[in-house]
Amino acid sequence: MALDLQPPPTRPSAPRLADERPPGIVVDTAFRWLAFAAGMLVLVILGLILYSTTEQAWPAFQAEGIDFLIKNDWNPAAGSYGALSFVFGTLLISVIALLIAVPISLGIALFVTEVAPSWLRRPVITVIDLLATIPSVVFGLWGAYVFAPWVLPRYEDLANAFSGVPVLGTLFNGTPVSARSFMTAGIILAIMVIPIVTSITREVFATTPAAQKEGAMALGATRWEMIRGAVFPHARSGITSAVLIGLGRAIGETIAVVLLIGSLPNKITAELFSPGDSMASVIVSQFGEASGTHRSALIGLGVLLFIITLIVGVIARGLIARSDRKLGLAR
Amino acid sequence: MGTTDTRAATVTDTVSDAPTTTAFHPPTPHPPEHVPADPSPDGLTVEPVPGRAREVVFEVTGLSVTYGAALAIDDVDLEVAANEITAFIGPSGCGKTTVLRCLNRMHDLTPGARVTGSVRYHGDDLYGAKVDAAEVRRRIGMVFQKPNPFPKSIYDNVAYGPRISREKGKLDDIVERALTRAALWDEVKDKLKKSAFALSGGQQQRLCIARALAVQPDVVLMDEPCSALDPIATSRIEDLMAELKRDYTIVIVTHNMQQAARVSDMTAFFTAELDEAGHRRGKLVEYDKTAAMFTSPSDSRTEGYITGRFG
Amino acid sequence: MTAATGVSHLGASPGRGLRKAKSSIATVTIVGAFVVALIPLALIIGYVIFRGASVINADFLTGEIAYSPRSPSGGIGPAIVGTLLITGAATALAVPLGVLGGIWIHEYGAGSRLAAFVRFLADVMTGVPSIVMGLFIYTFIVLNTKQTNGFAGALALACLMLPVVIRTTEEMLRLVPDEQREASMALGSRKARTIMRVVLPAATPGIVSGALLAVARAAGETAPLLFVIGFTFTTNSSLFTGGNTALPVQIYGNAASAFEAAQDRAWGAALTLIVLVFLFTIAARIVSALFVRKQG
Repeated sequence: MALDLQPPPTRPSAPRLADERPPGIVVDTAFRWLAFAAGMLVLVILGLILYSTTEQAWPAFQAEGIDFLIKNDWNPAAGSYGALSFVFGTLLISVIALLIAVPISLGIALFVTEVAPSWLRRPVITVIDLLATIPSVVFGLWGAYVFAPWVLPRYEDLANAFSGVPVLGTLFNGTPVSARSFMTAGIILAIMVIPIVTSITREVFATTPAAQKEGAMALGATRWEMIRGAVFPHARSGITSAVLIGLGRAIGETIAVVLLIGSLPNKITAELFSPGDSMASVIVSQFGEASGTHRSALIGLGVLLFIITLIVGVIARGLIARSDRKLGLAR
Repeated sequence: MGTTDTRAATVTDTVSDAPTTTAFHPPTPHPPEHVPADPSPDGLTVEPVPGRAREVVFEVTGLSVTYGAALAIDDVDLEVAANEITAFIGPSGCGKTTVLRCLNRMHDLTPGARVTGSVRYHGDDLYGAKVDAAEVRRRIGMVFQKPNPFPKSIYDNVAYGPRISREKGKLDDIVERALTRAALWDEVKDKLKKSAFALSGGQQQRLCIARALAVQPDVVLMDEPCSALDPIATSRIEDLMAELKRDYTIVIVTHNMQQAARVSDMTAFFTAELDEAGHRRGKLVEYDKTAAMFTSPSDSRTEGYITGRFG
Repeated sequence: MTAATGVSHLGASPGRGLRKAKSSIATVTIVGAFVVALIPLALIIGYVIFRGASVINADFLTGEIAYSPRSPSGGIGPAIVGTLLITGAATALAVPLGVLGGIWIHEYGAGSRLAAFVRFLADVMTGVPSIVMGLFIYTFIVLNTKQTNGFAGALALACLMLPVVIRTTEEMLRLVPDEQREASMALGSRKARTIMRVVLPAATPGIVSGALLAVARAAGETAPLLFVIGFTFTTNSSLFTGGNTALPVQIYGNAASAFEAAQDRAWGAALTLIVLVFLFTIAARIVSALFVRKQG
């Protein structure tokens, strides 16, 4: 092929490489600093959250000291801010939610990864993801006006069925006036938590080494035995993280809970059908009318929520990071 | 990385049979001149006319590269002359690509990589404190093993480099000139706006060459440019290289000894050896005119590789 | 031990029947789990449509907020505007900052302990409850500026969206092959240009998809807005002056009311909100599907 074009212009034989200020270096450096600042924003915001909320909550912390956490006496009118019942309530509804949600989530995750035919997988995942997009206030609305009236007679049936029976009798005691209770809040919370637990568990199951699964099948295992033998052991820490992340979500849920839990402070009980309160929901229900130390105390509950969810989150993600390293997944 | 200027005092090493010395034939010093070499009868390999001025583009002295704690290449000395094709050959893992990437400071992009020794480009220390690495890479271009066009149109791929330096002259002309030099213009002139991925593998690699040429570099480094291509595409690129060396200096890493024998003027043979602790490190074994190395290699390891006894 | 002779013995191992039964029960249970999860989804969406559709009309969608919960008329016009404004502003804040943050983690900080730490914290930050973000903006902004407005709400939502956008960006950047970066740098491009002209365009569809999902989540949030945006009965198109309202806030206020008129408005607003959230989610999937087609 003929090159009938002019050759490139001749250059001096020892081209200078070093320049006083190379072109484009200003924009490049500025961009780098901008990106760095954006990255640091995460640290800054987290630090500011802790500082700002603790500062506002301090009057309440000072007034109560450790009683804030361990005393069950929330009486703003009398200046008493013992929040134990809210901590209890948060834990109770979270436990109820996880007890319901985790088996179901595991089931769905197993369904998607091991049982369902491949054409069914995408639609199922889509359905679960759709559940995740429903705003929590809509869950609360539906829970309060559709689920609660429906479940109330079921609660009464249970209360009647187990009355007098030792442990179960206490759990299901009482004929609640409305269905707003720890139990109802826990059930709706379970529905809200299922998508996130399912999604994480699904990913963990999907990374089970095929060699282990095939090995089990080659030994004549049934599907369930293969799941128990090859999938579960591999997924143990992943399931734990998923549960912890679900726990974090349940602990922080506010609006759906406040519409369903009954907003009754100072209630520490084993009666699941009793109304009660949780840390997040009492903040929302009392904030509007609160002032002074009362408001500080509510903000203090927010600080507590922040710290608890941070700790749960760090443990959960630390577990994920550790299991990723074990699998050799570079992150 | 302080070094003395070695241009004034070239030392001619005597050839020896000891496996640890490198056979190195430095050119006689001359004032730098842009002297094109004569084409040989078959139009491919070029023999530098003896006694003619040979301008040195790269002068590498004592070059070593470590990745973290691992030594990848140890103590390399060689020269690259203008308007020649210099080939790096050797078995896998012997550091040829590592040395190549030193020539355009690509190791700057690898965290943990440390380059010691000296690389002089037209007499200037390539790794000097005030040297702008981006400018280095504009003058010393690179074509990679797997064609890696941007997910953009053919036109935008070639225009990418010139747009950086806001080249004077119309972009259209620059693009056309580069594509022509890369022997691709006729095939793509009607579909410049199409995606680069619409091209075949060989065409994509020529597009990458055009892209590199568009910034008017001084040197083109090629890292196994044909290893992902079929033989026909390979031979088209080899023809292209012979044309290009008229105006550019080319350094090519290749797995294919026959390719090195076909296209290059100088060949450097690398190998990997185990040190006392049992770690692999790359070393330059022999560096000579291609014709000389392939007919009468000085080192037994070279001979073993060339005759196919290993590697 | 007798040796098995012939194929007829293959199915006869003792205990096989029980094991198969257990496996079948397990399968049924697993399928059942899926069905159990499907039911609430269908019921919730179905009921929202059922009770909300009859409430929605042009007057409802554009009308002002009712002054009294007992009032039979009244609409959610200001809430729709408020949601769009506040969520829009939050997006305008969170997406650029989040993308830049993701860029820093992957392109500039890769391998460093600081970047790993920031990525870890961003992950953890996605789990911070939305009420805490609301309280944060309340204490940090509202108490200091002594006013509640839409912008404060936007800040709270932006804090929620930021870590999600950062993680999505970082993951999408990771999918861009290093060869692309090398090709750009080898042409004499500096890092910022390589990122902006080569890496980011390749990652954009995935980032957009992730951002749309973050917007969908933010649009549905109630708690972070409650204490910081104040309130309004009429449409307030200013983010900085005066209080504002949003769809989730209206739903919450009406849902807690005993009056049926208010409850009706809650269902209508819920349907509107779900449609809005659904639109963003669908958009995210479309962008994501286009992405797959382009790369494949």
